[in-house]
Amino acid sequence: MNNEEYKCNDNLKEEMLMQIRELKFAVVELAEYLDTKPDDRRALYLHNEYARKLRDLEDKYQKMFGPLTIYCPCNKWRWLEEPWPWEGGNY
Amino acid sequence: MWTYNKVLQYPINIKRKNPMLAKFIISQYGGPDGELAASLRYLSQRFGMPDEKAKAILNDIGTEELAHLEMVGTIVHQLTKDATIEEIKAAGLGPYYTDHGVDVYPQSASGVPFTAAYIAAKGDPIANLQEDLAAEQKARATYEKLIDLCADNPDVLDPLKFLRQREIVHFQRFGEALRGVQDKLAERKFYMNNMRNEEE
Repeated sequence: MNNEEYKCNDNLKEEMLMQIRELKFAVVELAEYLDTKPDDRRALYLHNEYARKLRDLEDKYQKMFGPLTIYCPCNKWRWLEEPWPWEGGNY
Repeated sequence: MWTYNKVLQYPINIKRKNPMLAKFIISQYGGPDGELAASLRYLSQRFGMPDEKAKAILNDIGTEELAHLEMVGTIVHQLTKDATIEEIKAAGLGPYYTDHGVDVYPQSASGVPFTAAYIAAKGDPIANLQEDLAAEQKARATYEKLIDLCADNPDVLDPLKFLRQREIVHFQRFGEALRGVQDKLAERKFYMNNMRNEEE
């Protein structure tokens, strides 16, 4: 891979992480809302939409860039790859 | 970040209430060698580890300890659920009931509330991992004492035995992590603003 491709890959990784972060936040926010308003149809619809998008995007991300959790099946143990979030990785 | 899974790590279904046992077992919830202290100890120490294996093992064991915290809380809850006031008083839980009712409150068997003083984060990876090895042994010893105390209650015994086994596995993993960190520190000079220069 040349430098340009690396940079492009980095950008894509960052972009996907930002989307994952946004979707996770949307799911958390909607889940907390639904906990006290479980019959709200619109909130449930939105939760469905974001939860599905999140699941698909996390699958795609993990295939390309390695595991986000220890529950991701993999051929090589990439969990040790640094940096960790507190070191500026996946921040 | 963390996510919650709505399943216990190991099944718990206690059919016979026993507030007396709950009074002992609550020590593994919020006592000096309990699961809350273990989790916070490891998750706090992981930031300062010098190699990737030590960071990963502290992260992952610190996370598993939260699942154990839930298990111990579940045991305490199921042992005290539906207990009568007379049973609570007979078990010596009158003072506990006064302050906490039947909530699960992080405290030791002797009633000392949880304190961050149970957690060591010394700013030294070797000292920290040695602390963790000792912590796992202390937790194992505590579970063995609890297993003695709960010998006649198989519903409680079974999850306690599982938790004891996990302490032994974690001790093994921390031993491996310690050897890795020692090798790492031996192979090159390692500087950190709160560590002394070896040439001093």
